Amino acid sequence: MGSEEETKKKNEVFDAEAASLFVKELRGTFASGKTKSYGWRVSQLKSLMKMLNEREPDIVDALRQDLDKPELESSIYEVALLKTSIKSALKELKHWMTPEKAKTSITTFPSSAEIVPEPFGVVLIISPWNYPFFVGAIAAGNALVLKPSEVAPASSSLLAKLVGEYMDLSSIRVVEGAVAETSALLDQKWDKICYTGNSRVARIVMAAAAKHLTPVLLELGGKSPVVFDSGINLKVACRRMIMGKWGCNNGQACISPDHIITTKDYAPKLLESLKNELENFYGKNPLESKDLSRIVNSNHFARLSKLLDDDKVSGKIVHGGERDKNKLRIAPTLLLDVPRDSLIMSEEIFGPLLPILTVDKIEDSFDIINSGTKPLAAYLFTNNKKLKQQFVETVSAGGLVINDTAVHLAVHSLPFGGVQESGMGAYHGKFSFDVFSHKKAVLSRGFIGDVPVRYPPYTKGKLRLLKVLISGSLLGIIRALLGWSKA
Amino acid sequence: MAAAMGEIEDKLAELRQTFRSGITKSVAWRKNQLRALIELLQDNEDKIFKALHQDLGKHPVETYRDEIGLIKKSAKYALSCLDKWMAPKKRRLPLLFFPASGEVVSEPFGVVLICSAWNFPINLALEPLIGAIAAGNTVMLKPSELAVECASFLAETIPLYLDCKAIKVTNGGVDVCEQLLQQKWNKIFFTGSPRVGSIVMSAAAKHLTPVTLELGGKCPAILDTLSSPLDIKVTVKRIIGGKFASCNGQVCIGVDYILVEKKFAATLIELLKTTIKKFYGENPKDSKSISRIINEYHFERLRKLLEDPLVADAIVHGGLLDKENLFIEPTILLDPPLDAEIMTEEIFGPILPIITLNNIQESIEFINSRPKPLVIYAFTKDETFKKQIVSGTSSGSLIFNDTLVQQLCDVLPFGGVGQSGIGRYHGHYSFETFSHEKAIMQRSFFLELEPRYPPWNDFKMKFLRLAYDFDYFNLLLLLLGLKR
Repeated sequence: MGSEEETKKKNEVFDAEAASLFVKELRGTFASGKTKSYGWRVSQLKSLMKMLNEREPDIVDALRQDLDKPELESSIYEVALLKTSIKSALKELKHWMTPEKAKTSITTFPSSAEIVPEPFGVVLIISPWNYPFFVGAIAAGNALVLKPSEVAPASSSLLAKLVGEYMDLSSIRVVEGAVAETSALLDQKWDKICYTGNSRVARIVMAAAAKHLTPVLLELGGKSPVVFDSGINLKVACRRMIMGKWGCNNGQACISPDHIITTKDYAPKLLESLKNELENFYGKNPLESKDLSRIVNSNHFARLSKLLDDDKVSGKIVHGGERDKNKLRIAPTLLLDVPRDSLIMSEEIFGPLLPILTVDKIEDSFDIINSGTKPLAAYLFTNNKKLKQQFVETVSAGGLVINDTAVHLAVHSLPFGGVQESGMGAYHGKFSFDVFSHKKAVLSRGFIGDVPVRYPPYTKGKLRLLKVLISGSLLGIIRALLGWSKA
Repeated sequence: MAAAMGEIEDKLAELRQTFRSGITKSVAWRKNQLRALIELLQDNEDKIFKALHQDLGKHPVETYRDEIGLIKKSAKYALSCLDKWMAPKKRRLPLLFFPASGEVVSEPFGVVLICSAWNFPINLALEPLIGAIAAGNTVMLKPSELAVECASFLAETIPLYLDCKAIKVTNGGVDVCEQLLQQKWNKIFFTGSPRVGSIVMSAAAKHLTPVTLELGGKCPAILDTLSSPLDIKVTVKRIIGGKFASCNGQVCIGVDYILVEKKFAATLIELLKTTIKKFYGENPKDSKSISRIINEYHFERLRKLLEDPLVADAIVHGGLLDKENLFIEPTILLDPPLDAEIMTEEIFGPILPIITLNNIQESIEFINSRPKPLVIYAFTKDETFKKQIVSGTSSGSLIFNDTLVQQLCDVLPFGGVGQSGIGRYHGHYSFETFSHEKAIMQRSFFLELEPRYPPWNDFKMKFLRLAYDFDYFNLLLLLLGLKR
């Protein structure tokens, strides 16, 4: 790089001062009321839709560069799902924006009340895959800054380019970069921060937000377990499992099944079925399969390799284990009965490795799950009604899916979010609109109906009347006013 | 200090164990606790009156109106709604997943910490407690140490009525607070100042604990021109009610300052004076219907606000300070300097600045140039102006033509935005704020969608595109071979 270019790049460093100017500019736009209008929100959602329609090949290409992501995964899970959520937002937006009437009681008669949704203001979204939050933040009428992940550089620079071409730059900006840029952004005062990623960085984000009392939406991960009961349609269950694990970013997704728990008796059968279906999907040489993403970068490749090379675990590989360091590929790998204190069982795997733990009784699996941190998702394959009930009642996770994996991502009527280590807040569908809105209570009273008991000077008589008034009992109020109350 | 920390850890361990036992999840347990709470209030009314009188000089009417009565009402409301709140909420799923079912189940977070404030020491401890219990959590309650008698009352009385394995009270000062905040909670509910709220949230961040922060701010009252003298009279009563008649101004949703047009200021001041006299007599110091300042620290804080010479010049009524009795009389200021501390910090006391504007429309910009308050009050009959305030300002809540009554509404969310807070409660919002809404999706093994699975090809791509668009018609055509 020539010295002139180097100087230019230095001058373009995104530091705290630059971040502060950014925020100021966006606040100005927000204060103008532009983003609050229904018209603006619709225009931006439509522009986003146009962008997806016109530039899908570019998005697919960027994801291929970043992850070797198969075209179908990109087109369907990234683009198509997003388009559906934009369509739904466009359809429902007027309804979402309409204040919700609340029924008031006789105690405040005469009065009327409603809950009015309003945007928070200027929102920061730090996420590897920004778009879903994008939709919610815009629908709610906020101005926003997107900080895509530097770990997927092609997608990050594509996002910056596309936003520049399609969206309203006075209200929506993209900041690319890594730790320095993210820190500069986090120093600012935002009206809401949304972060998707790991729990370590989430703590940093929440601590930064605490300085300004900024509410946060944290979508994290965790070790999402899959419990396999016996007496199920094993072939179907395995296929659904495989799709949730390897069929979505090759295990590098927040709701990826992390590990399996099954009974000692059932494990051999399960293993056999998994091996068969894996071969059906990805062939005899999965390292060569075009239908599997690669590991995102060499850091993560090294991390996953370390998990496999761990002494406690390397002897437990029962399928797969092949690696190609140059191509950053790891084959779907199954491990049986790894020790609970091994590295692979103490952190979120986020890759194509699948440990299978065995227990004596299937119910024991719930204890194992509850002894760890609460995951984003927990899955159960069973036909046993009682087991299902027990699962729902005792397992705490962001969301539960029975007899499938990962599909709840496509369901917009269910809130999607974690609990404790796996996150706080939820989104999807109307929940996205809600999470980026402040719900303002508006109570309107008339001037009549003023009750002297409210005001000083206070007397015993007033106390008597107050008691019935607050209780809201109509009969009590009438009796008290007529002097018949014994209270 | 080490002993205190050990005690806290032991209490917390017991709360965790109780939660794990599953007892708090049962509807019977929750209802029993709520009934016991109502009984606690009914049996101990006099004790509570006495404690509040000792801590804050509150009259029993204020205590009943703002503390006992409200909690009883909330507990009864929770009891009557609990079954409904606890019921799983069924959700419709797209046809694509047929057969499938979806629902959202509310589950308790686990062990929650409630830190309450000193100005409504019973209300602010028990109102969130109702929510936490209704949602099935175990609770550690940390009342404010500044309301000494009330803190003792809670520590002594709660174990006599409520399940002491599940609900515990810990008293103490800043050091105890710090120790509590170091622990891992499943939820923290805090009422207090923004400064401390920030400290609480920072501590919560270490464990990714969700928080609800009920903070404060400078809550303005906008006074539009009102034509009816009766309406004006009611307005003034309600403003005084929302300032001096509730803990003598030491209330987060109290009227902090008034915005009014210049031409109306003189009339307003006269009316305020008359009403103050009506409520408190010639010498408010002698009135039993007005509360005291909580302690010397806050008394001095308020005195300092008035010491600024430009502020002192702005006093048009009141100004009497009696340190021995921790009493400050209702004081009105006219147009103190906007950069004085009295106009930049939340007053939280019986001093009422009146800020005059040329045109009442300017009030919107005035409010917007300051941090978002917990509540905005506006007295107006102008429907257009009302709409402008609703859409043009942001606050936790917005109340037209009254003050403080939102406390009585179980159906409205009570909470702040920006500096005035995070999250909300009251009514079913209390239940929600202490619950994790767990999504549950159930599928069957029938009806497999083959195109879900690799190896990928064009047909599968087409199929999935239509499927995720929920375009069932074209999907059918595709399956029948009729669509290219």
